[in-house]
Amino acid sequence: MHAVSLGVTYERTIQALADIGFDISRGQFVSIVGPSGCGKSTLLRLIAGLVTPTTGELSVAGTSPSVARRTATRLSFVFQDATLLPWRSVRDNVCLPLEFNHTPHSQREKLVAGVLSMVGLADFAARYPNELSGGMRMRVSLARALVTEPELLLLDEPFGALDDITRQTLNEELMNLWSARRWTGIFVTHNIAEAVYLSERILVMSPRPGRIVADLPIPLPMPRSPELRSQADFARITGEVAACLRRTSR
Amino acid sequence: MTAGHLAKVSRWLFENALPPLVFFALVLAAWQAATMFWKIPIYLVPPPARVWEAAQEHTDELISATRLTAGGALCGFALSLIVGTAMGLIFSQSKIIQRSIYPYAIFLQTVPIVALAPLVINWFGTGFGSVVVVSFILSLFPIVTNATAGLTTVEPQLLELFEIHNASRWQELLKLRLPNAVPSLVTGMKISCGLSVIGAIVGEIFAGYGTQSYGLGYLITLTTGKLETAYAFAAVLCSTLLSVAIFVAVNLIGSSILARWHVAEPRSSTATSK
Repeated sequence: MHAVSLGVTYERTIQALADIGFDISRGQFVSIVGPSGCGKSTLLRLIAGLVTPTTGELSVAGTSPSVARRTATRLSFVFQDATLLPWRSVRDNVCLPLEFNHTPHSQREKLVAGVLSMVGLADFAARYPNELSGGMRMRVSLARALVTEPELLLLDEPFGALDDITRQTLNEELMNLWSARRWTGIFVTHNIAEAVYLSERILVMSPRPGRIVADLPIPLPMPRSPELRSQADFARITGEVAACLRRTSR
Repeated sequence: MTAGHLAKVSRWLFENALPPLVFFALVLAAWQAATMFWKIPIYLVPPPARVWEAAQEHTDELISATRLTAGGALCGFALSLIVGTAMGLIFSQSKIIQRSIYPYAIFLQTVPIVALAPLVINWFGTGFGSVVVVSFILSLFPIVTNATAGLTTVEPQLLELFEIHNASRWQELLKLRLPNAVPSLVTGMKISCGLSVIGAIVGEIFAGYGTQSYGLGYLITLTTGKLETAYAFAAVLCSTLLSVAIFVAVNLIGSSILARWHVAEPRSSTATSK
């Protein structure tokens, strides 16, 4: 993935992103952190081909994002909210993307059962979203994103509304899922510990109009385990990223 | 457990069903007493006992009239459900059509559509057809507005989800917009079903059927004209019961649909049905 001097301006006057440039290679897990309103979500929507850039060039798998989405790359998106269909059971919610990409009926059941057990919801397949807790709904959302076996997974502050323990558990699960499949992951968050824990690299953005002001490699070995959180290295790197973010926000 | 449950139910009935029943009995008693005390002529206000007598005397006519009115109302209601949902579908698929026509759908709600009833008779003649048409136009707009709202106010992230997975327009309609519209369609149905009964009765008042078979609206005008007021009261009572029956039925159906949809019942006042 390759971006050069990317910019997005809404309604001619509101400049959301300015002069964004980065390269992300296949299989990398990258986090984007920045103050709220800096255009992190807009950046993800650009990559998903939901928004078109006003200036600059962005290519995903060698072509434009919207073309890549339709032809070249299996892409999934995890939203801030679980964004489930309330009238569908957990199983049917997870099955939805398979209906869109015309997966044969014979394979659907197996794929859905597979991802549901991966996120620990095998026993909840027949339940409905309104019967689940926030953390469980987010697991369903993750399962739905993973069921198509994506090559590129975009996550837009997926755990922002959850309590800290649930968030950490889901971070660990996400880490396991990533090391099993090694998709390219782009993770937007404003939780620095979460970003450090998950990523090989962190892009730090400035307040609006959003620019990428730092590209920090996280020199901790992958895959990461929960014990990492109590180690000195982890605390030091988290502190550095926080300091960097504070400098840019000023 | 069961005994406790029973006690709970009877307590609920005692607290919620008893007071209105007591009040109803008091009103009936006061009504009966007032007609006797002031010697109100029977052709102006008949006492409840006389209404009951008239109802027993004309049971067959009342039942057949109620059936006919129910038929007209249900046909009108079914038509508005079909046409209203179809209009909502068209509005949801074309921004330009919605922009140019939808304002009128809202504006037309403020027109006293009842005023059109005599014209409808001119166009469709007397009889069942006109009754259905009046019932239909009266009950159409709540369905149109609620169907359109349900089909168009979809959570933006859900639309993005469908776009990201390259869903077709058809899939978006079938798997997202239509199911999303179900709760607001239920709301529309609740408002509309009461209006369809009003429409049928108004249609009958204008369109009648002749002396062979007639609905409640015609029966009310006929008996009032002949000063058979007790009979007219009985017919009014029948139309009230019909309205309540249809409203309760639609509410029960609506609640069971919503339960299956796993969404909470939208908080709307049921009083809008009047």
